[in-house]
Amino acid sequence: MAARRCLGLWFFLITLCVVSTGADVLHTTPVTGTESSAAGTETVVARELPEAPSDPGEHTAAEPTREGEQNDRTRGGEQTLGQPTREEEQEQEKTREGEQTPAQPTREEEEEEEEQEQTRGEEEFTREEEEEELTREEEELTTEEEELTREEEEQTREEEELTTEEEELTTEEEELTREEEEQTREEEEEQQTTAQQEEQTKRWEATELEEEHVHDAAVPPLAGDPPAADPPSPPPSKDDFQEELVIRPLHSGDIYASFQFRTVWDADFMGDQKVSHYRLFPKSLGQVITKFSVRELHISFTQGYWRTMQWGQPYLPSPPGAELWVWFQDTVTDVDGTWKELTNVLSGIFCASLNFIDSTNTVQPSASFKPLGIGNVTDHSFLRYATLPREIVCTENLTPWKKLLPCGSKAGLSVLLKSEKLFHSTFHSQAVHVRPVCQDPQCRTTSMELRQTLNVVFDLHTSGQGKREWSLFKMFSRTLTEACPLASSSKVYVDVTDNPQGEQFELSPATPLLTQAVVLGDRRTYSVYDLTQQASFGSSRSLNMLLRWKNSHNNVVPPVMLRPLLHSERYVAGYGLQAGEIHTLIYNHHPYRAFPVLLLSAVPWYLRLYIHTLTVSSKGKDNRPSYIHYQPSKDRERPHLLEMLLQLPPNSVTEVTVEFERALLKWTEYTPDPNHGFYVGSSVISALVPSVVAMDTNSTLDRPLFSSFFPCKEEASYFMRVYTEPLLVNLPTPDFSMPYNVICLTCTVVAVGYGSLYNLLTRTFQVDEPSPGLAKRIANVIRRFRGVPLL
Amino acid sequence: MGLLSDPNRRRALIGMLTRLNAPICMICYMAGVAWFMGLAFEPFTLRTYMSENAMGSTMVEERFPAGERALATGREFAAHKKKTGGMPVDWLVRTMQARGLEVYTQRFSRKLPFPDEDKERYMVKGTNVYGILRAPRAPRTEALVLSAPCSPGNENNQAVGILLGLAQYFRSQIYWAKDIIFLVNEHDLIGMQAWLEGYHHTNTTGMDWSPLQGRGGSIQAALSLELSSDVVTSLDLVLEGLNGQLPNLDLANLFYAFCQKIGVLCTTQGKLPRNDWDTTSGYSHAVQTMMLMVLKQASSRPWGDHGLFLRYHIEAASIKGVNSFRPYKTDATTVGRLLEGMYRKLNNLLERLHQSYFFYLMPSLTRFVSIGYYMPAFGLLALILLLRALDLWVQLSSPPTRTTEDACPPLCPLSAPQPASPGVLSILTPLVISHLTGVALYTLPVLSQELAVEHFPVSETEAVVLTAIAIYTAGLALPHNTHRLLAGEGTEQGWKVLKLVAVLYLAVLLGCTALINFSLVFPERGLLVGVNDPGLTLLFAVFFFQELQETPVTLQEGWMLYLSVISQGILDHALYGSLLYPLAALLVYPCWLLFWNILFWK
Repeated sequence: MAARRCLGLWFFLITLCVVSTGADVLHTTPVTGTESSAAGTETVVARELPEAPSDPGEHTAAEPTREGEQNDRTRGGEQTLGQPTREEEQEQEKTREGEQTPAQPTREEEEEEEEQEQTRGEEEFTREEEEEELTREEEELTTEEEELTREEEEQTREEEELTTEEEELTTEEEELTREEEEQTREEEEEQQTTAQQEEQTKRWEATELEEEHVHDAAVPPLAGDPPAADPPSPPPSKDDFQEELVIRPLHSGDIYASFQFRTVWDADFMGDQKVSHYRLFPKSLGQVITKFSVRELHISFTQGYWRTMQWGQPYLPSPPGAELWVWFQDTVTDVDGTWKELTNVLSGIFCASLNFIDSTNTVQPSASFKPLGIGNVTDHSFLRYATLPREIVCTENLTPWKKLLPCGSKAGLSVLLKSEKLFHSTFHSQAVHVRPVCQDPQCRTTSMELRQTLNVVFDLHTSGQGKREWSLFKMFSRTLTEACPLASSSKVYVDVTDNPQGEQFELSPATPLLTQAVVLGDRRTYSVYDLTQQASFGSSRSLNMLLRWKNSHNNVVPPVMLRPLLHSERYVAGYGLQAGEIHTLIYNHHPYRAFPVLLLSAVPWYLRLYIHTLTVSSKGKDNRPSYIHYQPSKDRERPHLLEMLLQLPPNSVTEVTVEFERALLKWTEYTPDPNHGFYVGSSVISALVPSVVAMDTNSTLDRPLFSSFFPCKEEASYFMRVYTEPLLVNLPTPDFSMPYNVICLTCTVVAVGYGSLYNLLTRTFQVDEPSPGLAKRIANVIRRFRGVPLL
Repeated sequence: MGLLSDPNRRRALIGMLTRLNAPICMICYMAGVAWFMGLAFEPFTLRTYMSENAMGSTMVEERFPAGERALATGREFAAHKKKTGGMPVDWLVRTMQARGLEVYTQRFSRKLPFPDEDKERYMVKGTNVYGILRAPRAPRTEALVLSAPCSPGNENNQAVGILLGLAQYFRSQIYWAKDIIFLVNEHDLIGMQAWLEGYHHTNTTGMDWSPLQGRGGSIQAALSLELSSDVVTSLDLVLEGLNGQLPNLDLANLFYAFCQKIGVLCTTQGKLPRNDWDTTSGYSHAVQTMMLMVLKQASSRPWGDHGLFLRYHIEAASIKGVNSFRPYKTDATTVGRLLEGMYRKLNNLLERLHQSYFFYLMPSLTRFVSIGYYMPAFGLLALILLLRALDLWVQLSSPPTRTTEDACPPLCPLSAPQPASPGVLSILTPLVISHLTGVALYTLPVLSQELAVEHFPVSETEAVVLTAIAIYTAGLALPHNTHRLLAGEGTEQGWKVLKLVAVLYLAVLLGCTALINFSLVFPERGLLVGVNDPGLTLLFAVFFFQELQETPVTLQEGWMLYLSVISQGILDHALYGSLLYPLAALLVYPCWLLFWNILFWK
C-alpha cells in the first residue's frame, strides 16, 4: 500500500495535514526530509504579525539587507507584504479565554466594543484572567501560500541503501533517511481545493484515505504559489522561521507543553565564503558554527527526569542535566582542541557550566549518535558527546536561549516563556539543535536548520490545585495574542486523540481544524490553532485555550501506570564504600516482537568497572550482545565507554549488570564539602521500536477495507531514544578534619616507636659503674680543683 | 625512650608494675567505672547541638492540616486490614495512587530457621507496598523514606493513617528536591529487610523477594513511625539499630528541635529529660537512661524498623507514639506537623548527614557523650588486662636468669626459649578444643533441632535454645587436661602461658569489639569484673534491663525471658545478620573456656 508510508523519523515525525479553516490556506507541507520536526506535528500556515507596528515594514526593512538573495520570501511574497488586508488595530483588551466560535470569519472590521461584549457573554469561566490586559497590535497577514517556500527545502532526501541487517547499528540514520521521501502528506490536496474561508467547520474524516494520496503529491508546492517574486537567480539565501506549540494532556493528568522554533537558512556555513549577514538566524550561533566547523550541534538542558511510566514518551528526549554532542566537519584536524574551545564558547553563550566538559567526561560513541542531518558521516572520530548530570537549569540558561529567537520573548509563542511559570513545573527541558538539512527535493544544496525546543510538564496537583482544568493562562500566566511577525508559520496544537467525541474533556475555544500525525509510532489527532489567522483569536483578541475535563468527579483520577513499549531504569546495587554494581534494566513490553537497542553508558573513571563481570540476561537466560564497543578508562583522563547492541526479546526485562570498585581520589579531587556525591550520567538507549499502530491487531475498528489487509500499517518501527536516571554514588571520603589528627598521631607514633627502636639498635650497652656517692663526688670536685688525681 | 633503653630504669618500672600489679589494676578498675558513671553526670557532658548547616539555620513552617482525616484513613486501613486478615494490599495501592504516588509492591517470603515463638511466625509471606512521591524537577538521585509497619491486631493503624495523610499533603507541595518514599512494610523487620535488600539488590540473608520496580536513587535518611493511638502524650525516639549502629546525631537533634518548636513531649528510652541533675534522683535518672541505651545497643538487635537502614549507611530513626496517663495530649495534626518539619529540613540537605557524631551515648535527649569521652573508660579497663599480661610475662621470663640479656623481655618475646617452647605446644590443644566447642555452639543448635524434637518433648524453639545451653555447659565439662597427653605433665609455666595467651586474646577481642560497639564490651567488663562468663552476663543483663525499665520480673519469668532472648539472638543473626551470636559463640565463649581451662590445669 503505497498509501502508508512510514517514516522513521528521526526525531519525530511528521506531520501532517492541515486543514485550514476559516482562513484560507493550506498546504501542508511537510516537512522536510530530514525533518525532525517537532513533535511530529505539522505545520501550518497562517501567521499574524503581531506587535510590530507595521509588519510589512519589518519585512521590507529586513529584506533590503539581504538583497537579492531572497527571491521568494518565505512568506508568500506578495501576499504577505502587500496584501493583506490586515487592519492594524491596536487595542488593549482584556484577555479572556473565551471560546470564540471559530466560525467567525475574519474579524477584520470588527470593532472592539463589539468584541468585548461578545466575548463576555460567551465566557463564564476565566475569571482570573480577566484582569490581565494585553496590549497588542494586530496585523494579520493572510498568507495562504507561504508554505511553498518551505516545502521546497524539505522534500526528498535520498534514502540510504542500507541493508536491513545493518540497521541495527546504524539504526537511526537509515530510518530517517528512508522516510523522508514521503514528506508530503496528504491532506493538502483536498483541502487546498476546499479551503475556502467559509468552511471553517470542516473536520476531516477518513484519515486513512488521505494518507493514501499522499505522497504522490510530493510535488505539491504549490499551487498557489508564489509569485515568485524574485526569480531566484543565484541560490537564494533565504531564511524561514516557524514556531509551534504542542499541548498534550498526559495520562497522569499532568499536562505537557512542547515548544519548537525552527529557523532554516539556506546559507552554506561549510562553504568557503563567509557568512556575514544574519537575519533570522542568531549570529552568535552562526559564528560559532563557522569558526569551529561544526556540522551538527545538539545541546540540551534539562531539569527533572522524564517519567516514562506516567507520561509516555516525550517528543524530544533529553537526560537530566546538560547534554552536548557535536559532529565536526571532516576538515577539522584537532578535534579535541576544537571541542574544548567550543565547549567554553558555548558555556558563555548559554551561561552554563559547559566548560566543565573535559576529556574525563567526553566520549566518542561509535554507534549511538549518528548525524541527524544530511551527510553520511560514519567516522566517529569527529563526534564528541558529553553530559553534565549535575548541571542545574534555571533562568540564567533560559534567557540566553530565548535571545536566540527572532522575536525574542516579545511576540509569538515565546511570550509564554516566563520563567516564573516554566520553573514551577515538574519537568523542564530546553534544547538547541543545529544541523544541515536539504534545501530542495533533490538535495542539491543544503540549508542550516536551527531548532530550538522547550518542553515543560505542569503538575496537576501542585499547580492545578487538584482540579483537572487547564488553560494557557493557568500554565503560563500569559495568553497568546499574536504570532511572531517574522514567523512563516505559528501554530498551536492540542492533542485530542483521547477525546475523539469530546467526551473526556472540553476544549475551548473550539477549533475546526484537526490534523493527524504519527508521533512515535502512534497516530495522534490534534486540534490546530493557527495564530496567523486572526480568527483564531476570536473576538477577544487573545487566545487562551481552556481544557476542562468532564468527569463529574473533579478530582484526580488515579493515575495508572503506563506500559510504554520501551523503558528502562538504572540503579546502583550493593552497600558499603568499596564495591558496587550498576544495574540497568531495559523493559520491552511489546507482546510479540523483539527489537534491537543500542545501550551506551559512559562511566567516570573513578568507578572502576570490572568489565569481566558484565552480564546481560533476559528472562533468566544469557543474552549475548551482538556488538560491544568498550573503551576502558584512564585515570584522570577519560571515562569508560560501553556500547552494546542488544536484542530485547518480546515482553521481557533485560538486565545488564557490571560491577565496579570505587577509587580513592586525591584529596584535591573531592568536590567542596557540601556535596551530594558523585554523579554518573544517564545511559542512553537508542532503539528501533515497533510502532504502536503496527501492533494494533484489533480489526474491529472502523476503517476502509483496503487499508486493513496487511497487518502492518504506518511505520513498521520508529526510532526512539530513552535516557536512564543518572546515578548518585558516594565515594570513600576522608573526613577532611582528620588530616590534622592523622598528622599528630603518625608523628607521635613515628617519634616514639621509631625513635626508641632506633635507639635500641644503634646504642651500645655497657655496664655502668655505680655512680659515686655524694661525698665522693664532692671530694673529687675539690681534688680536681686542687689538681690532685681523682679518687 | 629513655625508659625503654635504660635497663635500670626499665627494671625499676617493671618491678614496680609487678609489685603493685593488683593495686594498680584495682585503681584502674575503679577509675574506669567511675569515669563511666560520670558520663551520666550532666556537667561532664555536652549539650546537643545541630551541626548540619542546611538543617540548622533554615526556617520551615509546618502547615500540615489534616490530622483528623489521617486518622479516618487509619481507621479505614484498620477495617480493611481486619477484612483481609493481613496487609490490605489492594486498598493501599488504590489509596496511594489516589494520592498521586507511583505505587509499587514487593512480595517476599522467608522461612525462619526455627519458629519464632515470641511473634508466632515460622513461614513468613508478605507484601510491602510503597509509593514514591517524585520530586518535581529532580532527577531521581536522592530519596527520603517514611515507613510505617502494618502490624497485626490494632497496632499502628494511626501510623499508616498519618503516613497516607502526609503523602497527600506532601504531594501538593512544590518544594521537594528529593523523592519521598512512603513505605508500609509487613511483618515489621522481615518486611523491611526484604525491601532494603530489594532496593539495594543485595541478598545477605537468603530471603526470597521479588525485585522492586521503582526506585528513588540513593536514600539519604529514613524515619519509621509507630503510633497506635489517636492522641499521644509523648513521642519516643529510638536510635539503636542493628549491631549497635546509631544514626548520625543530627537526626536526633532534628527531632528534638522540632519537638521543642512544636511543643511536644519527647523522650528517649522512654525517659524525659530532666533538669535536676544536681539531685540524686536526677542523676540516677540519667544513669538509667544511659544504661538502657547501653544495654539496647549491646543487644545488637534493631529496636525499631529503622534499624536495618543503618547497614546501608542511611541515617534512620524510629519515632514511637506513647500514650500514657499524663493529662496533656498531642493530636495527630501536631504529629503530622512535626514529621512535615523534619522532612522539609531533611529535604534541604545538600549532603549526607555526616557533620555530627556517629558514636555517642545519650544520658538524656538533650545531652550526649561522644566517643572521645567514653573511650577512656574502656581504656582504663583494657589496661587491667594488659597489666595482668605484663605481670604474667615478667613472671614467665624473669625466673630463669636475671643476669642475661635483660633488654629483651618486652621486645623479643621468644628470647626465653626454655619455658616458652613447651608452653606453646601445650596451649595449642586447649585453644583448638575451645574453638571447636565454639563452632559447635554456633552451628549445632539450629542443625540439630529436628533431632532434638524427635527425642524430647520440646518444641523446635525450645530445642534450639536448650541445645545451645547444653552445648554451652558441656563445654565446661570437656576434658581439659588433654594437653598432658601431648605435652606431658602440666607445669607451672604451662598455665601461666595459657593465661597470658587468654588475657591477651581477651584484650584484643574487647579492643576490636569496642571500636564497633562500645556498649557490647563495657558492661561485660565493667559491671562483671571477674565473672567473665558470657552466659551469666547475659542472664544478669536480662534482669538488669528489666529493672531499668521499671518492670521487674520474678526469677521464673526472668528465666523464660532469658531463654527467649537466646532464641531471639539466634534469630536476629539468621534473619538480619546481627553479629552478636557469632561473636559470642565463636570468640567470646572459646576465650572464656580458656580461662575455665586454667582452673583445671593441674
